[in-house]
Order: sequence, then C-alpha cells, then structure tokens
Amino acid sequence: MTAPPVTEPEVTGPITPELEKAASKAEARRGFLIALPSFAYLVLLFVLPLVLVFVYSFATRDATGQTVLGDWNLDSYKRLFSAEVLEIFVRSLVLALVTTVICLAVSYPFAFYIATRTPRVRNVLLVLVMIPFWSNFLVRTYAWRVILGSEGPISQLSQLLGGEEFRLLFTNTAVLIGLVYGFMPFMVLPLYAALERMDWQLVEAARDLYADGWTAFRKVTLPLSMPGVVAGSILVFIPALGAYVTPALLGGARTVLMGDYIVSQFLAARNWPFGSALSFAVMFVMLLATLFYFRAGARTV
Amino acid sequence: MNEGTAPRGLVDRLLGLNAWVVYVFFYAPILLLIVFSFNDNDNVGIWTEPSLRWYGEMFQDERVMGALRNSLVVAFFSTIVSTVLGTMLAIALERYRFRGRGTLDGVAYLPIIIPDVTMAVMLLIFFFQAFGVLDDLFGVRLTTGLTTIALAHIAFSISFVAVVVRARLSQLDSSLEEAAADLYANRWKAFRKVTLPLIAPGVAGGALLALTLSLDDVVVTQFVSGAGSTTLPVYVFGLVRRGVTPLINAVSTVMLVASMILVGISLGFQRGAEARGQRLADPEGLLEEISTD
Amino acid sequence: MRRTARLIASLMVLALVVGACGGDEGAGTGTTPVEGTGTPDGATGANCALDEVDGDLNFYNWSEYMDPELVTAFEEQYSVDVVEDFYESNEALLAQMQAGAVYDVIVPSDYMVGIMIQNGLLAPMNDTAVPNLSNLLARFTELPYDPGPEYSAAYQYGTTGLGVNVSVVGEDFPHSWALLFDPEMTDEFPGGVSVLNDPREAMGAALKYLGYSLNDTDLAHLQEATDTISAGMGGIATFDSDQYDEALVSGEVAVSHGYSGNMIIGISEAENPDDYEYILPEEGATLWIDNMAVPANAEHPCTAFTFINYILEAENGATLTNWNYYGTPNEAAVDFVEPEVIEFYAPTFEAEGLEVIEDTGDYEINFTDYLAQAKS
Repeated sequence: MTAPPVTEPEVTGPITPELEKAASKAEARRGFLIALPSFAYLVLLFVLPLVLVFVYSFATRDATGQTVLGDWNLDSYKRLFSAEVLEIFVRSLVLALVTTVICLAVSYPFAFYIATRTPRVRNVLLVLVMIPFWSNFLVRTYAWRVILGSEGPISQLSQLLGGEEFRLLFTNTAVLIGLVYGFMPFMVLPLYAALERMDWQLVEAARDLYADGWTAFRKVTLPLSMPGVVAGSILVFIPALGAYVTPALLGGARTVLMGDYIVSQFLAARNWPFGSALSFAVMFVMLLATLFYFRAGARTV
Repeated sequence: MNEGTAPRGLVDRLLGLNAWVVYVFFYAPILLLIVFSFNDNDNVGIWTEPSLRWYGEMFQDERVMGALRNSLVVAFFSTIVSTVLGTMLAIALERYRFRGRGTLDGVAYLPIIIPDVTMAVMLLIFFFQAFGVLDDLFGVRLTTGLTTIALAHIAFSISFVAVVVRARLSQLDSSLEEAAADLYANRWKAFRKVTLPLIAPGVAGGALLALTLSLDDVVVTQFVSGAGSTTLPVYVFGLVRRGVTPLINAVSTVMLVASMILVGISLGFQRGAEARGQRLADPEGLLEEISTD
Repeated sequence: MRRTARLIASLMVLALVVGACGGDEGAGTGTTPVEGTGTPDGATGANCALDEVDGDLNFYNWSEYMDPELVTAFEEQYSVDVVEDFYESNEALLAQMQAGAVYDVIVPSDYMVGIMIQNGLLAPMNDTAVPNLSNLLARFTELPYDPGPEYSAAYQYGTTGLGVNVSVVGEDFPHSWALLFDPEMTDEFPGGVSVLNDPREAMGAALKYLGYSLNDTDLAHLQEATDTISAGMGGIATFDSDQYDEALVSGEVAVSHGYSGNMIIGISEAENPDDYEYILPEEGATLWIDNMAVPANAEHPCTAFTFINYILEAENGATLTNWNYYGTPNEAAVDFVEPEVIEFYAPTFEAEGLEVIEDTGDYEINFTDYLAQAKS
C-alpha cells in the first residue's frame, strides 16, 4: 500500500514551534483530504440539489404544466399560506404529533422493562426488537393493509362475533396505526440506549432518598433518560410528518397529507415550483423541530 | 447493575405485560403476512388451503425477478461506496481538525433529518436539470436508471454510515491509535492494523444500515428511476396500488427472510469484529498485533 | 480551503442554472426532448421497416388494459421483452413525459393526444412499419384531435360510468351522478363510494352532475364542481383508478366510478353478478377513445411500431376486445369478436348525453388543480 500523499516533516533536531506548526498543518491537510471525497459527493448530490429546489420554488409554471426558470415570483410561497395548504399541513402535523406521543407512551415502559432485565435476557429481547426494525418497511406496512381490509382477519373475526364488517382501511386511524407500527422501533432503540447507559447507582440512591419508586423515577430516571426521549421523538416525528408510503397504502388517497401532497405536485399536478416550495417549507419546519427538541432536551438535564 | 433497580411487584408485572403486548403488536402482522403467502386463494384475506403456488408464480414472474435483481445491484454498489465514503467522513470529522470542519459537520447531518420526500424532490430536479444541461452543452442524452438510483442512495446513506462510525470512534481511546502511529512508519499501516479493526463493528453497523436504507427506499427511488429500472419495493408499491394478491405476500416473505438473514450475518460479523477489537484494546494484544507484521 | 470549496460549489450551481436558462429561450427546461432526437432524417423511427425490432419494448399503459397473453405472444414472435408500466390518468402520463421519462409505446386518450402533438411529444406514425392502420374503421381515421391519423392509432374506446351494487343501493336507484356526490345518499351506503383518481373524469362527473359540459371553461363552474366534491367527501371512500371494479364486487364500496369494460368484467366474475349493474347517468357521461402512440424520445421506435402493427391485426384486435370488453376501432377485427361483447359496446356511439373530453388549451391545468383542492 502506498504512503499517503502528505509526508511528515523530517524531525532532525529539537521540536521547535515552527516544526509543531508544520506538523499540525500537515495534520489538517490530511484530514481535509480524507474528508474531501465525501464532501465533494455531498456538495454535488445534496447541497446542489437543495439549492436547485430553492431556486425552483421561485420559478413559474406555464399553461401546460412545465417549469419556466424565469418570471421569478413568490407565488408558490404565498400559496403556502392558503387555507388548502394550511389544512393539509395542520392535519399532517397533528398526525405526526399523535404518532410520536403514542410511540413514546408505549415505548418508554417497554424500553425500561428491557433495560432492567439481566444482560442475557436483555440481549434476546433486543434482538427480537431489531428483527422487525431491519425488516423491509414497505412490507411491514403492507401487512396492515391486509389485516385492516374488509375481508381481512380482523373483519372476519368481528363478523364471527356477530358484529358487522370491520372497515378500518382507508381511514385516518388506519394511517395512524401504520405510522405507529412503522416507527416505533425508532423510538425504542434510542430510549433503550439512553436508559441502558444511565448511572443506575443514582437511581438506587434516589430510591433510598424518596419514599416511593414513582417519585424516584420522576425526579431521577426520567430527566436522565431525556436525551433518549429527544432522539427517539425526532426520529419518529420527522418521518411521520413527511410520510408518503404509509398514507398511500393505508389511507386511500382520501385524506391528503403533506408527503402525498408534495409528491403529487411532481406527478399529475405538474407544479414543480409549488412542490419545491412545499418541500423547502417542510424541511424548514423539521429543522426548527429538531432545534427545538434539542433545546428542550438540553434544558431538563 | 440495572436489574437490581428494577421496579418491584405489580409495576414490574404491568411492564412485562406491556412488553408482551408490544411484541405481539410487532410480530402478528408479519406472521399473518407470511402465513397468508401460503394461501391458495386469490383473495388475500380468505384462507383456503396451504399451497406454494404463489412462490412458484413469483419466481416465474419476470418483472419481480428483474426488480429484485435491480434492488440487489443498486444496494450492493450503494452500500460499498457509502460505507467507504461515510467511514472516511467519520474519521476526518472525529479525529482531525481542519478549516471547514464545522460546516461539513452540519452538512453531514442534513440528510438524516431531511424527509425522504424532500430528498426525492431534490434529486429529481437535480437530475432533470443536469441532464438538460448536459444535453444542451454536449448533446449527450442521459436518462434516469439504475445509475441515478444508486447515486441517490449513496447520497442519503453516507451520513448515516458516518454517524454510526463516529459513535464508535468516539468510544475508542484515541491513545491506542496514537501509539500505533508512533510505532508504525506510516499512517496507512497504523490505520489498517489498529484503527480499522477497532472501528470494524461500527463500520459493519453502518454498512448494514446503508444496505437496509437502500433496500427499503421507495419514494426517492420512484422519483429517480426510469422505465425498466424499478426496484423491488417500488414495484411492490405499484402492485399494491393495482391489486392485492398473495403474490405480494410471497414477495414480502422472501424480502423479510432475506433481511433477517442479512441482519444475522452482520451481527455475527460485528461480534467477531468486537472480539478482535477487544484484543487490540489490551496492551499485550496490541503489542502482539504490531509485532506480527 | 473552505473558500475554494465554496467557490467551486457556487460555480457549479451557477452553471446548472444558467445552462438551463440559456438552453431554450425560457420556454422551459429540457422540456421538449424532441429537439435533436431521433434519426438524422429528423423523425424518430422514420426508417423502421415492417416487422423490424430494435430492442425491448417499454410499454406505458393504463392498468388492466392489455391482455397478458397478447403480450407474451408478441414477445415470442419477435424475441423481445415487453416491460409494462402503468399510469392512473392522462395527466400522470403527461407529467412523466414532461419530466423526461422514456417509453416506447404510450396510450393517451383523445384530448391528451392533441396536447402531446402540440407539445411535440409524439413521433409521427410510420406508415411503412404500421400497414395495419388501414384496418381502422373510417371514423377512427379522421379524429378531430389527430386527423390521418398522423401520430396515433386508435386502441380501444368505451364509456365512463357507475358500477352500482343494487343489493345495497336498492332496485329503484336514480341513474344519476348523485350516487357519487349526494351526501344524503352516499352517507347511507356501507363503505361509501369510489371516484376515479383522474382530474378530467372526476371533475367532469361533478360538472355533469351540475348540468354543465365536461369541457366547460368557466372557473366559477369549476369551483362549484370542487365544492360539490368537497361536500360529498364524507361518502367518498377513496379516489382510485385501478381497483374500482374489485372494490365494488368485494363489497368495499357500494358505488364505483369506472370504465365500462373493466367494470363489466369485474361484475361478470363476481359471485352474484346480478347484484351489480353498470349504468350511464342521465346527466351524461364520458365517451373516450384511447390511442397508441410512440413518444418522440422513444429508444426503440421500431419495436414500438411493430407492436402497434401487431395489435392492429384483425385477430389480435379481437382477442384484445374479447379480453377487456372495450370497443374495438378495428374493422377487420369485428368478425372475430364474440357477439356478447359486441352487444355490450355497440350502442356506445349512439347513446345519448355522452360527451368526448376535449383539450381546453391553457385552461386545462385547472382541472388538476381544482381536483387537488377538492380532495384536501
């Protein structure tokens, strides 16, 4: 294997400040070179496209639905504040929030349980969580489509029990179930990681201090596990807000959410400028949410 | 240490119950999916009798097999490139200081928090524009296809790999690497013999993540693929829109089993790499490793 | 270092954007790939001979519209592969074409053919490679959107109406679009109704319901149509262009908006065919004609023309119609079509109140926009 392109300055005498400076410069250059391929790739295939989207959001759409990179305007952004868009946005936001809350509520006790088992049991339980996590997302969501269909198992069960056909497919509830199901592992894993890494001696100490376990939990465990809560919430909230596959499979094109709304701008609706503005807006909101979560998480510790 | 502080009695029981419910919730749909893939009925929900019919149909279905092949090819290239680039990025960010590191750090995190819909839109516009420019300037007419899909997958995977490897790097004692750097004449050897084995579990984890992301992706792929270059998830997505049959169940089962096998292999590899890393962390082990050159 | 990198990055952005603008006088970016494409003679596939193939066929079509056996037979006869892809509506097709998607054969409807011709998206039909064009009935050669025909070959025709579950809706149901849009009715139906996910069809149905023409270009009327659909959203279970027939006969919905042939087949294959009926609402419905066409940027135009020629053969045209129950424009094929199928589609052109969708020029995009509005 050939030596790296940057050579070390030869050390022939005492270490002088100039030598140290040269060494650290060589260090920095090496670091930059190592980072360069990834940097170049990310600039070309990420930053550049992002800038393009930004540019497109100010473009116009002509009568046949094609984009004209001229006639720059703010129309697309103005439309972001129309009743139609706000309604879709609020709907998506609420759905994402509810999904996150449900995931949190169910995952926390779950992660806590796993974290408080013996190491051997813990590993087994973890692997059992990982398996659905690594399984194909589309497939897992499709499973619910089958289950919730009016000829699916739940429907058959309810008909057996004398009720009527179970119609949950193509409703908001179906989408919610699908989202919770799809993203729960993203909540469980960070929570578990945070809980497992905690200093449990503190918890024991709290147990001794406080009369009951619940207060100990509230005052010590919960704040200490906050980083996990924050990470998990972000990992669920963000994809849920921009979800496309789950609503498409389980929602029936009836309730329009942000993900599908954006996609449709690039399909039948043929309004690339508006779609770009929407994409940018959604990303902006997510950035804000991430910052907000981080601040909130940092404050409680 | 944790188990001593486990809640007692009733609370523990309730937690256990919750855990059970969650596991059932996780696995029941998957199991139902698999079971119904062996159903002889055209209708997915109604059970008739067991049969391998749909698996037979699946393997004879050119579109499915073609889509599967495309998925594997794209995933292969995407995983390799993004793992290499991501690892390099992680090392550069974690172990070096250079100008622009802060910006790069921020840029490297963006693909993680960006929703895949926005990513899809970005890349669609990018390729559309780029092809237009190439056509105008050079008369070269490129179209979307497997290459663009692979390029797109690499774009969003690099950051994920970098995050995983960085996490691993930050756990390591950098003095080990410094010691190796002193002992070896050149940096590359120090990297290969010491650092790389130490971060191998992280790299493996990152590679697995990149692989999963590539095989899972629907929206981005849909936007940057061309005619005849569909990947399996996108094809299944289209199939579901047009009609739900147990064929999809059969395809899904195969995809599930495949991902589980992949995870198994990767975890096994990570365990092995972990063990090796442990050996290096021990000073005697390190010395031994270096002397056997 | 950082500055250099930034500089390079900004230069790249500038290059892309400027390159796009300078490309074609602001008429759009890379929108008409027609320019400079195809053979040196200018037109794509102009040199194709009869029965010539130049690679696999990328076939972009409506779902459940082409008989798989015909496809297989074509593949075997010409030793090529046919890769099928599907779209839900003409607008979706147009969007893909404009975004630069490359296909060899597409199947746009009447008005869309006109739009595509205007935008230079289609290659002229090669008469040498498609001699079976002469099999077409006279009325299908002088179509208003493509006289000749110069750029397309009629594929199938049919109507868009309603599939009704009589056992649920009752024997005495009104033959009206109210079955789709009147909340008082649809709220009572278990499962609700399904509407086509197609801007012209969905908005057209609402316009007809309100007594206007399908091709009405008054925004106020369109807004009324939007409001009608919004008001009926409670009863609309889904917007679906692919599974409307399955949804009806499986009981998912009580009334289904869909195309004649697929609906009839779905009904005939149901457990109790007598429970269902296909009707054309009294307010009027769509009569449509679909056409095969070769895009200007097709990569395998010779295979494309050979395929079109193949479908236009007498027996193949009949096989197709016998399979999908839509009207065949192929005069030579009529002899081979089964009588009951002829019985089903024969009255189409004579039926009352049917309208053909027409290109409304610059107004066209509104249908898509207003449907999106209605859905949200």
